[in-house]
Order: sequence, then structure tokens, then C-alpha cells
Amino acid sequence: MKTYNNRAWFLILPVLLAVAFSAILPLMTIVNYSVQDILGPTQKVFVGTDWFKQVLRDDELHGALYRQLGFSLSVLAIQIPLGILIALTMPARGWKASMSLVLIALPLLIPWNVVGTIWQIFGREDIGLLGYGINRMGINYNYTGASLDAWLTVLVMDVWHWTPLVVLLCYAGLRAIPDAYYQAARIDGASRWAVFRFIQLPKLRSVLMIAVLLRFMDSFMIYTEPFVLTGGGPGNATTFLSQYLTQKAVGQFDLGPAAAFSLIYFLIILLFCFVLYNWMQRVGTGDKK
Amino acid sequence: MMSKRLTIPVLLIYLLLSLLPIYWMLNMSLKTNAEITSTMTLWPSHLTLDNYKAIFTDPSWYQGYINSMIYVAMNMVFSVSLALPAAYAFSRYSFLGDKHLFFWLLTNRMTPPAVFLLPFFQLYSTLGLMDTYLAVALAHMVFNVPLAVWILEGFMSGIPKEIDETAYIDGYSFPKFFVKIFLPMIKSGIGVTAFFCFMFSWVELLLARTLTSVHAKPITAIMTRTVSAAGMDWGLLAAAGTLTIVPGALVIWFVRNYIAKGFAMGRV
Repeated sequence: MKTYNNRAWFLILPVLLAVAFSAILPLMTIVNYSVQDILGPTQKVFVGTDWFKQVLRDDELHGALYRQLGFSLSVLAIQIPLGILIALTMPARGWKASMSLVLIALPLLIPWNVVGTIWQIFGREDIGLLGYGINRMGINYNYTGASLDAWLTVLVMDVWHWTPLVVLLCYAGLRAIPDAYYQAARIDGASRWAVFRFIQLPKLRSVLMIAVLLRFMDSFMIYTEPFVLTGGGPGNATTFLSQYLTQKAVGQFDLGPAAAFSLIYFLIILLFCFVLYNWMQRVGTGDKK
Repeated sequence: MMSKRLTIPVLLIYLLLSLLPIYWMLNMSLKTNAEITSTMTLWPSHLTLDNYKAIFTDPSWYQGYINSMIYVAMNMVFSVSLALPAAYAFSRYSFLGDKHLFFWLLTNRMTPPAVFLLPFFQLYSTLGLMDTYLAVALAHMVFNVPLAVWILEGFMSGIPKEIDETAYIDGYSFPKFFVKIFLPMIKSGIGVTAFFCFMFSWVELLLARTLTSVHAKPITAIMTRTVSAAGMDWGLLAAAGTLTIVPGALVIWFVRNYIAKGFAMGRV
């Protein structure tokens, strides 16, 4: 049991101030825009919930939302198991551990616009290694022409780019498990699977929770990489929510609808994260019985 | 652990695939633009270092790396040092509104960064912080501090509370216990947190570009100038991309021992 102590607030206070300082103001601005029609610097009309209604009835938005959900769920379904698997295969100490840590982290360190640009060339069937290789294997692949190819390329790029995050979190989580647990398992003659299922997985719960939430919210807001790689096309096969939002806010300069959209967008992410968070906490405590 | 026969090939295959796009970037950075856009070659047929030369001889290029490193380092230090006590409080005590507060912190990562642009611009202009390292470091705390608190809380909760109590009985003061006993036990968590703070701040483009103009302009923003009306300078961008990996690789090399070495078995 945790001790009830309200003085713990003092330990939180610096974080609270630092984050609130940066977070409250933008939120107020967005709320402000979302209920007004800005005609000029001094001319504003209060429009109530009109923008929200307009955004919620937008068919294109529904399309983008379903594409986004499909993408984010695929990201989670691939990256989380793959990340755990790779973290389990990495050596625990020594130069091999250092080498694999550095090599695995490399994709994370490339700025996102460069990631998109590199894959743009990498995936081309005439001048890129990936596209050239796949076509030589007899599979017809063209990410600029075929919708499915484009979607898969964005997914593979995201898996390449972000699985290292899951690997690093799980690896650090695994290293924090005391040796005593493994010794106890050895005495009990536990199988490899039992060690994973009853020692490693429960101990990884908190890092996995962060990994799942982070990957969900970041993939839900993915913008730069698909924008640079495919520009949302072909058609709108890879136009995800944030790109649609940017088109509205910057392209058409509809600040009101864009702000309403941002709020709805935020609430969708919040809802999913809340459900995931509560679900993972329940699953975790179920394990401890 | 898992049998060696199985784990090593899996890891090697993963590393190989994961390094292919990076190899491609390196390959592109050593080619001329004409070669990049005309043929598929596994190794440059006319190897050229011109792209790197362009970066290292032009202060407006290499200054970008220095600017980025300064504000990223500031952000890393701020974020981790603010998050440590907060994460300890969340992992050890319950208090009024603790669960809501904890979740609220993370909600700050759930907003598309574009939303912050205009308000931040106005805020930092009013404070006179535009185009300073401090502005970018503070702005990036909005997504790094919540992340740091969450990761550190996870690691701290894994440490049994009896350790705190034993230390008090042994006469340790709180600061001494925290630094001497507690921090070493969660160093894999601190290592990975520091690296993530570095990484997210290092690759962030929108906010960093908006809050700077000349003096503190980051490398990610300078890179966008390879896209111009005359077309794309692929080779130069690839060279700049290759160089952006280097500082991060050094950071992970330095924190690797924090991440890799096992649990400090000091006093259990």
C-alpha cells in the first residue's frame, strides 16, 4: 500500500508548473478558435457548436479516421510483439550488448523528414534498393501508383523507424528484473516459457504500458513521414488524420473548423489511451494473483 | 535464457534489415545527385565527399548541429531532473488527485504539435525568449517531461518499498538515500529516459523551427533548405541525415552501461 501523504505534492509541483505553463495556453487558444468565426484581426463572430457539427458530418474525415485506426492498430500489432522478441534476444552484457543497443537505436535518431526522403528513394522500383529488390523477386511493387503498396510501405517504414523504441524500453525493463527471480525459477525448474510468462511479462507491464500508449498516440498523429514519402496518395490511400487537419488549417486556412477538428482529434486519442491504460492495468493486476 | 541457436540469428536478421535503409542513406550521401536519380547502384560508381565538404565548410550548416546539441542537452537535463522527484512521489505516495494528475501529464503528448505553434510563438515573443536555446528547451519539455515521469515511475514502482524503509532504519537521510541507493537501482530506467528525451528533442522540427530564426536555428530546420525551387538536393540531405545520427549514437554509447548492466544488487 502507498502511504497517503499530501506533501508529495511538493515533489510534483515543478513538473506541474513546467507542463501547465506550456499546455494550458495552447488549449485555451484552440477552444477559443473552435467556437468563433475569425473574419479578420478584430472581427469575430461567436458560432457556438457549428464547426463541431460541420466537422463531424465530414465524410472525408470519416475515411481518414478509419484509415488512421487501421494503421495505428497494425502498428501496435506488429511493433509490440516484435519489440519484445528482439529485446529478449539481445545479450545482457558485454560488448555485444553495447553494439546491438547502438545499432538498434540508429533509426530513431534520423529526423523524420529525412526518414521520409530516404524511403522515397529506397522504395523506388528503378533506383531504390527496396523497390528494385522486390520487383526483381517477381512481385509487382510500385508505391507511388498502387494504394496497397503505398499503405504497406508507410507501415513498413513505421515498423523500421519505431520498433527500436519498444525494444529499448523492454530491454531496459528486462535488465531491471533482479537476478533472484531467475534463481528462484531455476530452483523450481521452470521452463523458458514459464519464465517469460510469469516473471518477465509481469515485470515488463509498466514499460509495455508506456510503449503501447506512446506508439498508439504517436502513430495516431503521424504526419511528416507519410507526407514526405507519398504526399497522402495515391488518391488518399495514405492521408491520415493529421495530414487532413493540416490541409484544413494551412491549405484552406479554415481556422475554426481546424480548431474544432483538433479538439475532436485530441478527444479521440484521449479516449483510446484511457481505455488502453485501464485495460492494461487490469490485465496486469490479474497476473499477480 | 532463450537458446543461443535461436536468438542470435533472429537478432542478426533484425539488425541487418534495420540497417539497410541506413546503409542506403550513407550510400546516397556519397553519390552525386545525377547518380542517385538515374541508376540503382549498391556502391557509388563516382564516390564523392562533396556533400560532406559542403556541410563542414559552411558555418550556417555546422552551426545547426551545435545549436541542436545545446538545446537538446538543456532539455535532457531539465526534463530528467524535474521528473525524478515527481516520479518518486507518484510511485511511493498517494495524494489528492494523484491518478488524475498522472494521466493528465500524458495527455500533453496527445495533441498534434501543430496545435502548439501559434500560442507558443505568441507566448515566447511576449517573454522575449524568441530565438534562444532556452525557448526551444522549455517548449520541448511539454512532451518530454510527461514521458520521463511515466518511464521513471514504471521503473521506480518495480523497486520494493522495503528498501526505502530499511534505508531509513539504517539512518540514511532522504537525499542521501535517494542519490546513493535509489538512483543506482533504477539506472537502466534513467539511461533509457535520458536517451528518449534526447531523441524526441533532437528530431523535433515544427516547434524548434518556429521558435528560432538565426542564432538558435536547429539542424533539422536547416536541412529543409535542401528542398528548393531548383529541385531536391538528395545527396546533401542524405549527408546531413547521416551526420545527425552521430551525436545520438554517441549519447547511447555513453548511457549503454546504465541500460545494459543488471540490477544493482547493493542492499537487497
